[in-house]
Amino acid sequence: MGTQDIIDRCERIYRDLDFGYVHEWKARTGGKAVGFMPVYVPRELIHAAGILPVGIMGGGDDVEIIRGDAYFQSYICHIPRSTVELGLAGKLDVLDGMLFPAICDVIRNLSGMWQMMFAHKYVRYLDFPQTFNDAGREFYRAEMAELLVDLEALSGIQATPERLNASIALYNANRRALAELYDLRSAEPQRVPTSELYLLLRAGNVLEVSEHTAMLQQYLAAARVSQRPLRDNVRVVASGLFCEQPPLSMVRAMENSGCYIVDDDWVLGARYQLHDTATGANPLGAIVDAYMSDTVATATRYVEGDDKGAFLVEQVRSRHAEGVIFAAASFCDPALLDRPMGQKALADAGIPYTAFTYSENTGQVQVIKEQAGTFADSIKLWGAVA
Amino acid sequence: MDCCYIGIDLGSTTTKAVFLDEHERIMGRGITNSRSNYALACQVAREEAEINARFGLLRKKLEASTSIGALAEPLMAVLACNYALAQHLEQLKALHAECQEVAHAHALPQPELANVGLALDRIFSALATQAELDFHPGSTAASDFFRDLATSQYLKQATAVTRELPVSFDRLVGLFDAAIIRVENHSFAGLYREYLEFATARATADARFAPFAAEIAAAVKETAELRFTVLNIVGTGYGRLTLPFAREQIRSEILCHGLGAHYMFPDTRTVLDIGGQDTKAIQVDGDGIVTGFQMNDRCAAGCGRYLGYIADEMSIGVHELGPLALQSKKPVKINSTCTVFAGAELRELMSLGEKREDILAGLHRAIVLRAMSLLARSGGVDSEFTFTGGVARNQAVTSSLEKLVFENYGKMKINISTDSIFTGAVGAALFAKRDPKGVMADLEVSQLAKNPDCGIAATCSA
Amino acid sequence: MNAEVQKEESMVLQKKMIGEHFETLSKAGESGRKVVYTFVPGNLNELILAFDLLPVHPEVNALQSGMRKLSGDYIQEAEKQGHSEDVCTYVKCDIGMLKKGNIGPTGEKLPPPDLLLLSYTGCFTFMKWFELLKQEYGCPVVMLQVPYQAEGKITASQREFVARQLRDVVVPALEQVSGKKLDEDRLKELLASSARAEDDLVYVWESAKHKPSPIDAYFGGVYYIGPIFTAFRGLPSCEAYYRELRREVDYRIAHGMGPTTPEGELRQQKYRIVVEGPPNWTSFRDFWKIFHDEGVVMVASTYTKVGGLYEQGFRHDPARPFETLAEYCLGCYTNRNLPARVDIIAKYVEEYEADGILFNSIKSCNSFSAGQLMMLRELEKRTGKAGAFIESDLVDPRYFSAANIKNRLESYFQMLEAKRQAA
Repeated sequence: MGTQDIIDRCERIYRDLDFGYVHEWKARTGGKAVGFMPVYVPRELIHAAGILPVGIMGGGDDVEIIRGDAYFQSYICHIPRSTVELGLAGKLDVLDGMLFPAICDVIRNLSGMWQMMFAHKYVRYLDFPQTFNDAGREFYRAEMAELLVDLEALSGIQATPERLNASIALYNANRRALAELYDLRSAEPQRVPTSELYLLLRAGNVLEVSEHTAMLQQYLAAARVSQRPLRDNVRVVASGLFCEQPPLSMVRAMENSGCYIVDDDWVLGARYQLHDTATGANPLGAIVDAYMSDTVATATRYVEGDDKGAFLVEQVRSRHAEGVIFAAASFCDPALLDRPMGQKALADAGIPYTAFTYSENTGQVQVIKEQAGTFADSIKLWGAVA
Repeated sequence: MDCCYIGIDLGSTTTKAVFLDEHERIMGRGITNSRSNYALACQVAREEAEINARFGLLRKKLEASTSIGALAEPLMAVLACNYALAQHLEQLKALHAECQEVAHAHALPQPELANVGLALDRIFSALATQAELDFHPGSTAASDFFRDLATSQYLKQATAVTRELPVSFDRLVGLFDAAIIRVENHSFAGLYREYLEFATARATADARFAPFAAEIAAAVKETAELRFTVLNIVGTGYGRLTLPFAREQIRSEILCHGLGAHYMFPDTRTVLDIGGQDTKAIQVDGDGIVTGFQMNDRCAAGCGRYLGYIADEMSIGVHELGPLALQSKKPVKINSTCTVFAGAELRELMSLGEKREDILAGLHRAIVLRAMSLLARSGGVDSEFTFTGGVARNQAVTSSLEKLVFENYGKMKINISTDSIFTGAVGAALFAKRDPKGVMADLEVSQLAKNPDCGIAATCSA
Repeated sequence: MNAEVQKEESMVLQKKMIGEHFETLSKAGESGRKVVYTFVPGNLNELILAFDLLPVHPEVNALQSGMRKLSGDYIQEAEKQGHSEDVCTYVKCDIGMLKKGNIGPTGEKLPPPDLLLLSYTGCFTFMKWFELLKQEYGCPVVMLQVPYQAEGKITASQREFVARQLRDVVVPALEQVSGKKLDEDRLKELLASSARAEDDLVYVWESAKHKPSPIDAYFGGVYYIGPIFTAFRGLPSCEAYYRELRREVDYRIAHGMGPTTPEGELRQQKYRIVVEGPPNWTSFRDFWKIFHDEGVVMVASTYTKVGGLYEQGFRHDPARPFETLAEYCLGCYTNRNLPARVDIIAKYVEEYEADGILFNSIKSCNSFSAGQLMMLRELEKRTGKAGAFIESDLVDPRYFSAANIKNRLESYFQMLEAKRQAA
């Protein structure tokens, strides 16, 4: 199987807002499916309770918004509108529950709206600790234990320590495959076009984890022998795209403008942890530990101490990137409030950056392409942005 | 002595007036462009409505006549278009004089002034001749605003005249631009008796009507001298706050639109109005009382104004957009109707090789989607639905809207009223009639009288 | 025409309190008093005072800047420095004020913080705000995370989480900054005083059940909550203020009087309205006047509950100092989930016999605004009362369109009138 067939399948999954795969999976296994919004949700718990975790990242640019706009003012980002649109159109009926992790006040409030809109469905807001101490750890452990009880009740399947450990192992394997994919892209960006990597990630929102890992490995094998010319592109890190996603046309435009994106934070939940989660006698504790102390930095997560922006600078260094593109969804409070701090850290480190906003249904990618292109040119010419 | 109630709707582009009689029947309608002067727009619209009411009464009288009854229809058409012609010629005269005056004020060098004078004489004589051709029964000229009619004709004649005389085209345009504003600041209805005489003379010169000249003249005279007693007047619309009315004499356009739509379509429960600057979704009960409403947020995205920008960008008239969009086989998906980016969005799509009609079809759909969101916000559509406002004249919008209403709310009776421009004024007039306190005795007449332009005189006939 | 308004004693008192507080702040550098910046929702005023520290509330400074027409410049300053147009204008106003010399609402220079006490309650932006301020001041930050009442109730685990942070993290940080050990008796004294002031405040809120209402629970309400939501809760001056306020309310009830407004007393009360959402500060008086001119009295509001929903029975309890502080933080209005917020407003409509519900949807504040359109529809369904929806901002003058708002509100009140006549 060549890369194109794999990517074609990914794109079908990405475009399928009827979630055909989830329907099939449920019919095949008799299991339940639970949706979750990005950024981070411990999918291992859902999986261990025999439930298919389904990442819901809005409707992209394929959904016509009618009812969604009736629920949100114009100064609120786009992802909740398209999510509501999908929900009210019955497209999410295949899900037996929805999880809303703590990302921002909009998604937090959406959890309450969902409770009112879908009173008969299981809905839960997941609060994550922003205090990385014993009090936070204990709170989080209690939250996760409660979630597990809910999930077990939903599926009728006990998430025993054995099952938890098995799920952890599967997600560890998936994260490793993703890390390999990212490493390959960074080492030989011509072999892994960003739009393909992006679609692979998106497929992981829906596919059962072992199926997704197998797909990643197939793609890796094919990509390693693919023949694509190396272009004289600038290596950049894309930052700020962790929740509402850019349309695929924009992902392509960014790369076609003369940039190799060598690291990014889209579909961040799939790569939230830096290392494997431990398996052993206390798997729930291991999941809690992983969140508390072994994660990426992102705008939705409080940074203690003086390390603001350090993670981003390190990302640039380790990937040998030459600049950063800050792209955030319009009206995304976390990303936009975080941005000046990230920019300051980059300026202090002498790393050039550019910044723009988009929305998931942005129709005009030309402007963005020009801006990214100008940024790439300026780095090539002067090594920095005037 | 006829008693009446008046509603005036001061829109951002046009001002409308409606006369209602004691039985809530519409007697007359008037419309004019809002100009920069609301008070005058208000006066002109009212005068237009009054004339329209007189014509209505005249028509009734003629139709009831045993001798003329059968000819009433063509006779009224002749009278109406000649009345409009007389008024138009009067305005042309005034415009000519103003152009001359502006030219003098500019202190042009003598030779140029002489040429300009000559050019103006030729232009205006041509305009008068053209008017005679343009105003005939059934023509649209009579329903156009003077400014629009005069502008297009003047530019045409000015182009021709600069080929014959050493006068600069820009000079002539400059004179016109200054003069038209002055002319618009006059009302020409004061001479309505003269216009009627002119129209009567023209009509009775027509072989069909000549035998009844005496009877026609008597009927015209009678309606011309009829006095209207205004019992109450209510203002609404965007410019209502500039009306020198007491609080009780002002109603919001939302309420007026709801009641006006109910008047036209008693069974309607939901009204959508897309105007130039704003979109309104209104829910009404069985009596036309508004029970809920939503307006677009601060920007004019998805309103008529947006279509104006698009038309400018494509260098075509707004009225051509709909027909073009309807030719599309494959609408482009467009997500934004932001007026600020209208041009950029369009250019990007064109540069991607999309067809004009496909882009337009997408744009029209995007506008309707916005309206659908507003409808959903206001409580949706669950029975007879009415679509009003300037944009209701655009077929691409209406067909898209019908489709989406059906998809989202099921089969629904939809009223699309292209004559809906008076909806708000009708509602205002109904409020004037129904206001329990709103009779002349309770009006702050003293306050209104300060501005006779649009206040209430005891009678309307000068 | 503005009638000459008799300044009421309570207003004079409040002005004096605030004046003295800012004077103390301006002298903090000389006196060596330590300063803690913290937020109004879920503020730990009693704990701060127990350490003899001086609290500063950035949101209050921002809203004051808005009222004094300075916020526009501050916001643009922050935007020049790279802040997005899309984000919270309180933050930008604060950053802009800082960049322009940190002159506080009374014209005195504000002292820099010795500690940023991040009471992260009901608002995600607070967290970002103090991350940003930390970069500016380089002082320590202590975080108190208050989990969200996602199920409409406080769970044992949530209460324990907050109390434990107070014990393990917040108190040690305050001890460090102040150089003092916590005096628990002093804390209990302060908490007991808070509870007494809270009793009087609840009395004031509930007086709006009278017809005519002696108070305006929204525009007037922002003055009524001034002392108790900020630097004074727990102090004798705060108790005295609420005793006085209660006395004035009683006087107005006895004389059948309406609330005092900038336009004079509101006698003719045509409509009784419940309000959801913060007010607009840049055009506060004009905004209020629109309602005054329509004969509208606000009988209950949710904004005045961001620092505690006392009328639902919560009181600071000196017997359980840490648990009570935890419950206070958890109970703030913006920390309640949407179904709970709908319940609260529906209850207001019923108990205060309101004619309608007004939503002032604030661009800057997603915590309040995201979901309000749905709340509005739910409330209309549930109460049978019509709602009005307008959009403005906290302190961004570019986002207050007086004509637009006036037009909507006029339409709304005329609609209520037409319905009334039809009934």
